Amino acid sequence: MFKILKYSFYDVLRSRWTVLYFLFFLVSTFALLYFSGNMSKGIVSLMNVSLTIIPLISTIFGVMHYYNSREFVELLLSQPIKRSDIFIGQYLGLSFSLSLSFVAGTIIPFIAYGIFVSSEVWNFSLLIFTGAILSFIFVGLAFLISILNENKIKGFGIAILMWLCMAVVYDGLILMVFISFNDYPLEKAAVLMVNLNPIDLSRIMILLKLDISALMGYTAAVFNQYFGTTNGMIMSLLSLLGWIVFPVLLFNFFAKRKDF
Amino acid sequence: MITPVFKSLFLSALLSTIFLYPGSAHAETIKVCQKCSFSSIKKAVQAAHKRDTILIREGTYKEKDIVVDKPITIIGEHFPVVDGEENGQIFLIRSDSVTIRGLQIQNVGNSYVEDWAGIKALHVKHCVIENNKLLNTFFGIYFAKSENCIIRGNEIIGKAKNEIETGNAIHLWYCKKMLIERNKTSGHRDGIYFEFVSDSKIFNNISTKQVRYGMHFMFSHYNEYFHNQFTDNDAGVAVMYSDHIYMHENSFSDNWSPVSNGILLKEITDSRIEKNTFEHNTIGVYAEGCDRIEIRNNNFNKNGWAVKILGNCSDNKFEKNNFTANTFDVVTNSSLSHNLFEQNFWSEYTGYDLDKNGMGDVPYRPVKLFTYIVEQTPASIILLRSLFIDLLNLAEKVTPVITPETLVDKKPLMKEIKW
Repeated sequence: MFKILKYSFYDVLRSRWTVLYFLFFLVSTFALLYFSGNMSKGIVSLMNVSLTIIPLISTIFGVMHYYNSREFVELLLSQPIKRSDIFIGQYLGLSFSLSLSFVAGTIIPFIAYGIFVSSEVWNFSLLIFTGAILSFIFVGLAFLISILNENKIKGFGIAILMWLCMAVVYDGLILMVFISFNDYPLEKAAVLMVNLNPIDLSRIMILLKLDISALMGYTAAVFNQYFGTTNGMIMSLLSLLGWIVFPVLLFNFFAKRKDF
Repeated sequence: MITPVFKSLFLSALLSTIFLYPGSAHAETIKVCQKCSFSSIKKAVQAAHKRDTILIREGTYKEKDIVVDKPITIIGEHFPVVDGEENGQIFLIRSDSVTIRGLQIQNVGNSYVEDWAGIKALHVKHCVIENNKLLNTFFGIYFAKSENCIIRGNEIIGKAKNEIETGNAIHLWYCKKMLIERNKTSGHRDGIYFEFVSDSKIFNNISTKQVRYGMHFMFSHYNEYFHNQFTDNDAGVAVMYSDHIYMHENSFSDNWSPVSNGILLKEITDSRIEKNTFEHNTIGVYAEGCDRIEIRNNNFNKNGWAVKILGNCSDNKFEKNNFTANTFDVVTNSSLSHNLFEQNFWSEYTGYDLDKNGMGDVPYRPVKLFTYIVEQTPASIILLRSLFIDLLNLAEKVTPVITPETLVDKKPLMKEIKW
């Protein structure tokens, strides 16, 4: 598995798209830091960018990679290698290289602006961490969608739709629920709903750490009670991990049974 | 023989009243220390005559209920400690023209029945409380029904934990023409508390870490507040039911908690708020029932909500303020606005200035759709900074439907104002 991971990792890392992805983060982070001139504000802006871009790019990359490496996979399948090793290796290789592009692309400008001597280092680490986790989640989801769809176009469509639902539509639904059930205490429901979407969960985790919690009034009190405690933090981490583990397990399950 | 002596006494008394200098030639200086003729402040005060000076040497004096009922000056040398041992009020001034300077007054103790204070003055004029340190006093300096007094350069530090069990650092009730200057207060319920106080000046004070308000006043008209700093107070600053207030060059910062405002204005009328800095507050200015306030040349930077102005405010003017990097610039709960926003600088303004007159050609609407949604459904704030909300805001910006039509800055400035 490790060998396949390595090949896949280098293969992706060498591709033009990963370099472009890296350069995108490098340039946009430098620009954000330059224009905001302030670490904390820069982190918030970068969060806005990365919470949209990382899931989108990871999804597209995942689907593309799966369909493109199909022949390579078929070749490997003819060798005496465990199926799960091939697929999980590929998954990890792609996820690692995407996370690496993101982490390197953002961390270099922040180091240049002196993140390690500023007080924001923990907030920044959280951002990096959630960004990497999001890459793993969305590559996993993309692989799952692609293995379920032989048809490339259909797979692509469903993957993009999945991204759209999580990044935009889900928040719209939350808002609709809030507005229609305005007379009820919604804070606990909000915690639950946020936990069900990795993008929202990452956003709230970063926002609460970025000292914006006071804006949220009573809602934040409930949120802080949940996310501020060790249990809440563990729960949200578990929720994020769940978003990695379940799609990948499902993907592995289908990969084992698939007739190539 | 008696007459000339009497004459000179009379003359010196006259001179001293003219020069307002109590320690003139014929007034005595009474020293208080462990080995002096007086070792108790209370006894020294009882023995003193009008215009005497009591000089308290370094040391600790465990005394309380010292009633100053004649115009004398009490001066401490190297901050002698007057300790009430948590069991009662320390100085009670009941005479005009009393000066208390350079003492360290501590441990008054809590009372739920009486307003015990480090220094309390009732019905007096021309008193000066200067350069004292008050530690762990229930109320720090307390004036009632007084006029023309000065409270200057005191350091008042409390150990407040909650609102119920603490008093205010500087508490004024029914006073006139007072001067509150260069005091540092922290750890009380309210830093500076005014009720029915008029024609007073409050400047260069620092009020931090109070469990309620940094400054709080009610029914206090014609006062001027300037160069004060209100930082990190649990609920910021609250000013209520007053008119003709002039607040300028104050700094309101880091009042950051779910219930905190930089400044809360409730039923304030005909006032001016100028050149203040509101930085990193949950709400910069919260206005309720306010009329005819001119808010000009202020800096609103990095607040959660820079201005929250309720629908019952009218004819207020927001002119030439800088709104930079606030999460929300302006929020209101009404679809109509009777207030004027003009020539402010908004860091989120994206318009252009073709005629190069320094003012944008496209009006700026500081109330965003999301601000409105949050006002209606507070829980929806968890969607802050989500892509969906950005899209909604954009759509509303292109064709405003819900946000208040009249709350608009028609001449937004292109550049930040320096003052």
